[in-house]
Amino acid sequence: MTTRATFLAGTTALVVVATGAGYQAFALAADTPPPTKMTTLGDWLRMLPDGTVEMYTDKVEVGMGVPTGFAQFVADELDVPFERVRPMLGDTSDTVSAGGVGGSFSTYQGNFAIRNAAAEMRSILLASAAQRLGVPATQLTVTDGVIHVTGDATKTLRYTDVLAALAPDPKFPQTGEGFNVSLTVPAKPKEWTEYRIAGSSLPRKDVAPKAFGRYPYVVNVKPAGMLHGRFVYPPSVGATLVDVDASSVHGIGDARVVHVAGFAGVVATREWDAIRAARALKTTWTAASVTLPAQAQLADYMWSQPVIKSNVVKDGNLDATIGATPLKATYFWPFQSHANMGPGCSVADVRADGVTVWSGTQKTHALRQGMAKLLKVPVAQVRVVWASDAGSYGRAGLEESAAAAALLSRAVGRPVRVQSMRADNTQWGTKSPAMAGHLSANVQDGSIVAFDAVLRQFNGNEIFSQPSVAGSFIAGQMAGFPNDDVVYEFGQYGSATAKYEIPNMRATAELVAPFAPGNSPLRTSHMRDPEGPGTTFIVESFMDELASHAGMDAIIFRLKHLKDPRHIEALERVASASDWATRPSASIKRLDTNGELIGRGVAFATRVVTTVATVAEVGVNPKTGVVRVRRLICAHDCGFIVNPKSLQGTIEANLIQSMSRAIYEEATFDNHNVTSTDWVTYPIAHMHDIPDEVKVVLINRPSIAPGGAGEPSSRPTAAAIANAIFDAIGVRVRTAPMTPKNVLAAIRERGNVT
Amino acid sequence: MDKTIRLRVDGHVHDVQAEPDMPLLYALRDNLASENPRFGCGLAQCGACTVHVDGKATRSCVTPVSFAEGRAVTTLAGLGTPEHPHPLQTAFAEEQAMQCGYCLNGWIMTAADLLAHEKKPSRARIKEALGSLVCRCGSHVAILRAVERAAKEMTA
Repeated sequence: MTTRATFLAGTTALVVVATGAGYQAFALAADTPPPTKMTTLGDWLRMLPDGTVEMYTDKVEVGMGVPTGFAQFVADELDVPFERVRPMLGDTSDTVSAGGVGGSFSTYQGNFAIRNAAAEMRSILLASAAQRLGVPATQLTVTDGVIHVTGDATKTLRYTDVLAALAPDPKFPQTGEGFNVSLTVPAKPKEWTEYRIAGSSLPRKDVAPKAFGRYPYVVNVKPAGMLHGRFVYPPSVGATLVDVDASSVHGIGDARVVHVAGFAGVVATREWDAIRAARALKTTWTAASVTLPAQAQLADYMWSQPVIKSNVVKDGNLDATIGATPLKATYFWPFQSHANMGPGCSVADVRADGVTVWSGTQKTHALRQGMAKLLKVPVAQVRVVWASDAGSYGRAGLEESAAAAALLSRAVGRPVRVQSMRADNTQWGTKSPAMAGHLSANVQDGSIVAFDAVLRQFNGNEIFSQPSVAGSFIAGQMAGFPNDDVVYEFGQYGSATAKYEIPNMRATAELVAPFAPGNSPLRTSHMRDPEGPGTTFIVESFMDELASHAGMDAIIFRLKHLKDPRHIEALERVASASDWATRPSASIKRLDTNGELIGRGVAFATRVVTTVATVAEVGVNPKTGVVRVRRLICAHDCGFIVNPKSLQGTIEANLIQSMSRAIYEEATFDNHNVTSTDWVTYPIAHMHDIPDEVKVVLINRPSIAPGGAGEPSSRPTAAAIANAIFDAIGVRVRTAPMTPKNVLAAIRERGNVT
Repeated sequence: MDKTIRLRVDGHVHDVQAEPDMPLLYALRDNLASENPRFGCGLAQCGACTVHVDGKATRSCVTPVSFAEGRAVTTLAGLGTPEHPHPLQTAFAEEQAMQCGYCLNGWIMTAADLLAHEKKPSRARIKEALGSLVCRCGSHVAILRAVERAAKEMTA
């Protein structure tokens, strides 16, 4: 695969030619029913004659250092220098499909395969070395890739001296599905506590190349003969294309129009011509298929809709214990846009003998399926090559550009690059689901006796299978593929929030139908994470209300309802790191020099095995409603920490992004379309909004398998800020984002600042 | 109407055939395969496309290519190399001041303009100078650390 190496090393014109041999991802055992899926060691790791270890994985680098962490495990298992391990990321022709990236599961579930493969490679190589040296393998140790006989300095071999032991490429049973895909090998990886390279703050392998502008991004892919393409989105929700006036682009370079069913796009040799042609293209559309509700009435609309699916989690007997006068509150979390830094870019080369698509997707193998369906070709004929795009934070739909590029390339017989424009992404990209909640609880003597939550959100039926289904792309829908893969997505309260010890509880997660079955800018999807931030904002704000109602300190109140020592330690550590003063909220009023009232709040979250407790200190101007986050302190426990520095960066970034969502972000819409189209109409946090202090407390558990990071620390921030606002001004802001408008509305409703 | 426009980019002279009002970004990316100025918004709202024009941080997505004629254009690749790094590149690498890195070009190029003209800027001044850049991943805290580190390095 020299083409592949050229691509990864390339800094200028990146040309990759698909080869037939590259399409054989892994071999299946043909004779035994039911077939056992087999995988080879070389599907995961290959050692080159110069000692370089190539590490093949579909866990691509989306900015959090996962491949670097994997390389640390590989170096540690083999006892070779970290620098010698080269990540080979996300090419469907040479990586095993293991679910790609998602849910902060890459390290949590993906580490097993890579550690098993590395342990097995070491075992095979040492067995061969033992034979050559005439000693048992147990008497061998490895230092920096050099194999020594223990106690005999004269007897050494390099791994590269025994590489023949890896041929033919040994096969092993492949186990698990999705994120759990691994391989069963005789060798056993090291114990967690034995790792030395894994566990240390080595530099992320992508960072220095990025700082020097030498990292391969998909926006820089340029196969020979490539044209630039753009396509047009509907002018309103559910509208479909009626007509295209191809003459409207005449005279704009060599631009020409591509019209496939209800999909219209343009191609041109020069990018600027493609952009101008797309702007000039005259298209006619049907009217919007639905009238969207007034944005201010979105919560009412959601509560008025029939429930298409509900999931209930319960314990004890709520009805018998909730009492006649429970404490009640109603919350709302808005639609938010992924608003990726780059609006999404892909290059597609559709040929009669095969299809190659370059994309920054988190899920290359799923995209491969989707491209095959979209183009109606066998999956075996499609190769997806990953190259970094902007961070996607979940199912952002950056792959829309891949679908459009594929349609355009097929039509014109040339490779086509499509880079979305800003509005294509902010306005038409997938949205995290708006959520509305009714909560009630009965608190007696400082303990929650009964707790009831009803949370509603829009079903995400377009995204569960994204991007593996042609109808999950707007471009695909316009090209005639129905969005008929109805899957119930979201509505999983149990995995979306922390579990407290409450004797009688009922949590009902309800789904309502999306506004339109297709061509909708308000289709919902995962955004760090599926539903955690909204759910945690609602539930952790309400927990704070209960603590305050009970006259108790918010941390002590939570500790009273937790048993797991890791949960307890996270809260204790964040209390200590933030100089938390034990007292109920709201009670102490501090006014700073800017006329802001200062308060602090806490929130707690778990995600799978990871635990996060965050404290926010805010200043609130009660006259203007402006909220400024002064400090964010986060205690984070994800078990064994693979790379502390990389983890800290990931958590810091998630804190800032989730702070941004908490106080600035809401995708706005009128009756017919989303009206958030750019960074002015969809404002996010900027440098001047960054807290004076952001502190991350990493709780390392060297003997416990690593959990996920990233999404977990996105969860508690909004509630911590809301609770700090209450502490500051005695007013509960139950509608996010906590903009001046929503803060002032809450103050007005309350009557005054106490 | 296309015109021949002579550009000097990272010290190399190129003649580009383009309409004079085409944004500089497309001349750099499309005509010259200069990959580091990135398209983020096309509206001068995010800074991912920033280059230096005669040393001044400039958003190439809204700057006509004709404006750059006769001026020196510097991109991230021209700012420094691994062999001869700009202190900001070293500092961003040391601090791992990025997640996806798509916006990085804008931060480094804008900060390089600031540090070239102001010694020892305060934190407030750095925040102000970098105030109109967008980082969607939220790497601001590490970016601030990196810029302060480079500023210290450059005045040491």
